[in-house]
Amino acid sequence: MSENFEPNVVAFLCNWCSYAGADLAGTSRIEYPPNLNVIRVMCSGRVNPMFVVNALQQGADGVLVSGCHPGDCHYMEGNFLARRRFALMRELLNFVGVDERRFNMSWVSASEGAKWKDVVTGVVNNLQEAGPFTEFPRKKIDW
Amino acid sequence: MSSKPKIGVYICHCGVNIAKTVDVEELTRYAVRLPNVRVARDYSYMCSDPGQLMIREDIRKSGLNRVVVASCSPRMHELTFRKALLEAGLNPYYLEIANIREHCSWVHKDKQEATAKAKKLLQAAVAKVRFLEPLQEKEVDVEAAALIIGGGIAGIQASLDIANAGFKVYLVEKTSSIGGRMSQLDKTFPTLDCSACILTPKMVDVASHPNITLLAYSQVESISGYVGNFQVKVRKKARYVDFNKCTGCGLCAEECRLANRVKSEFNMGMSNRSAVYLPFPQAVPAKYTVDPQSCLYLTKGKCGKSPKCADACPAGAIDFEQKDELVEFKAGTIIVATGFDVFDAARKPEYGYSDYENVLTGLEMERIISASGPTGGKLVLGKGDGEYVPKEIAFIKCVGSRDKSTGNEYCSRVCCMYIAKLAHLVKDKIPEANVRIYYMDVRAFGKGFEEFYDRVRREGVRYIRGNPSEIYRRNGKLVIMVEDTLTAKPLEDEVDMVVLGVGLEPRRDAREVIDLLRLSQSADRFFLEAHPKLAPVDTATEGVFLAGCAQGPKDIPDTVAQAKGAASSALVLLSSGKVKVQAQISWVNEATCRGCGYCAEICPYTAIEMVPVNKMGHQVTVARVNEALCKGCGACAAGCLSGSVQQKSFMDSQILPQIAALGGKS
Repeated sequence: MSENFEPNVVAFLCNWCSYAGADLAGTSRIEYPPNLNVIRVMCSGRVNPMFVVNALQQGADGVLVSGCHPGDCHYMEGNFLARRRFALMRELLNFVGVDERRFNMSWVSASEGAKWKDVVTGVVNNLQEAGPFTEFPRKKIDW
Repeated sequence: MSSKPKIGVYICHCGVNIAKTVDVEELTRYAVRLPNVRVARDYSYMCSDPGQLMIREDIRKSGLNRVVVASCSPRMHELTFRKALLEAGLNPYYLEIANIREHCSWVHKDKQEATAKAKKLLQAAVAKVRFLEPLQEKEVDVEAAALIIGGGIAGIQASLDIANAGFKVYLVEKTSSIGGRMSQLDKTFPTLDCSACILTPKMVDVASHPNITLLAYSQVESISGYVGNFQVKVRKKARYVDFNKCTGCGLCAEECRLANRVKSEFNMGMSNRSAVYLPFPQAVPAKYTVDPQSCLYLTKGKCGKSPKCADACPAGAIDFEQKDELVEFKAGTIIVATGFDVFDAARKPEYGYSDYENVLTGLEMERIISASGPTGGKLVLGKGDGEYVPKEIAFIKCVGSRDKSTGNEYCSRVCCMYIAKLAHLVKDKIPEANVRIYYMDVRAFGKGFEEFYDRVRREGVRYIRGNPSEIYRRNGKLVIMVEDTLTAKPLEDEVDMVVLGVGLEPRRDAREVIDLLRLSQSADRFFLEAHPKLAPVDTATEGVFLAGCAQGPKDIPDTVAQAKGAASSALVLLSSGKVKVQAQISWVNEATCRGCGYCAEICPYTAIEMVPVNKMGHQVTVARVNEALCKGCGACAAGCLSGSVQQKSFMDSQILPQIAALGGKS
């Protein structure tokens, strides 16, 4: 795909690790591509797989779910739930023909500002290669 | 929803922090055009008094019922703005923050791109705020007791402060005596106070304080509950000595068949103790303990005809039938003061710590120099006829600190000064000794540190800049290979003894504490504070505070200061007696709940129970949330098949509009 394509990424970040890690990237003035916008949830376990489908339907070219490192969840096991749900979700997306680069998961702790940059850059680069979401027709919902 | 949303949007410049990269005027013009937005304003510092006043006045005058603030991270100022809403008579949960600083202006350079992103973030916040619902904050009572984990100087100081304020303290210490690492030190820098002399009175105070329950030789087994109401279970390990009968006379240790045959942990394995022991003479509580790992009777089931310790004890205190005991209590707040481990010098094999007996760590040197140590305070090496007084002594700094090859990038903060102190003590005991210190940098940053460093140099201690590459033995001497980086000359330095300035590391059993309390670790693997500057003793778990080296390397003055800080934070909770609990918890729509129980299965806090209800004449089961137990993670909401379980402020109907906004134009 063309290098000029600027993908639109929706990211779901848990409040305690990944959101704080992204905050730290900000505090440390670590620059990264502006293509990714964050929705804060309390725990990656809150992210309903429906949100991922919804984001693609509503205009995103890719989705990222990021939580605490396995074993470090603020709510004990929320990220394990997320990991299990999204392992299934990935298979489902694959099965229906959605490019697997569109769905991403990462574990970023509150102290990993630099890692957050790497994650964002990686996701954006992958989606630049994958191109715009054309697998299914989009249907905008007016809330 | 009660009335039609009337939204006020407030855009913060944050001085130039936001305004430099995001076109705030353009953003304000954009905001006014968003649906349901009544007013949009920008201001240099929204969090300031005039900024908040602006919001409050608009709420009162224009009848706003929703507020969006586009500013820094909600982790920073969400509470500030919630308070502003509350003061203006609006429910504080009618607030949404668009993070256009940490997630936008600070991480992007191009003004056009950053402004476009800020617009999206703002649009998403406006989309969400329209669907927010008012929430009520509940208050719960705070149990008037504190749990303190770790009986080093941090735990001791925090215990005393809280107990002196009139609250109950449970101090749990893993080993058989409180005192921690500080009790192993000889003198303390830079004042050269004798460590034991300043520590032991505090240890005795702890033991005799009416408000402190000292649970030594104990471990926290489980912690449940939440701020104000933690349920704690502590395992008191069997000492095999009746705590009430033991007088601490020590006859048992004298008679023990293994007397002087078990390595003493307190003296870093450089002297021996018995299988029944007091770790050091000033131990508190001054009660003997049978070491289950070495005691013949406990390991082999047989100790001569009968255990000699039991025969020797005049009080009949030895009790091999003793079992571990579980103690349960409630605590309103918890302070974690679990301390550190010293770097294992064997991980730097080039320094020969495992090969040569005259290569020692700093802590071992402390014990040798200490009057209560294995040599009674005489600086001698070797044993028996081979005993000799070292004359050429070298110290090496930054062993296991500031060293990426060991994974420890951080500075351990105490080594520069403890080495200067040890060098001084060496000169004190052996004035004719040649002492040199190999260093990378000298960091003498604390009060009185630089003066002490100066004094040590004046006493004839040489500082040589260079990081030794290898130590090997030649003709019975140790040879240090090093380059003097100030003169760029390679040196081969022949010495009698080397002391390694080992750094501080997170405790190897830190994982146990993390699992108990859901703590996070920072990149250096020490426990992570809630904010590095403004909440340095708080953790992400409400009601749990940090003190001492568990949070990062620090010296005794800093540890004591932090312990006092943690105690004061704990006292805020204890003395107010009430704490607000999470309002953004789960909620079940009983009308649509089909009673499958998936949510109850998912909940890590067993906060959801299945209850029978009568729905139009039919007995059915529905889920119900126990509001005191729910922590608001929202896992149940993501798992519910019918969308009947929702997390307040993070409902599907609030997140989906956010997603739609971030998806962009249709």
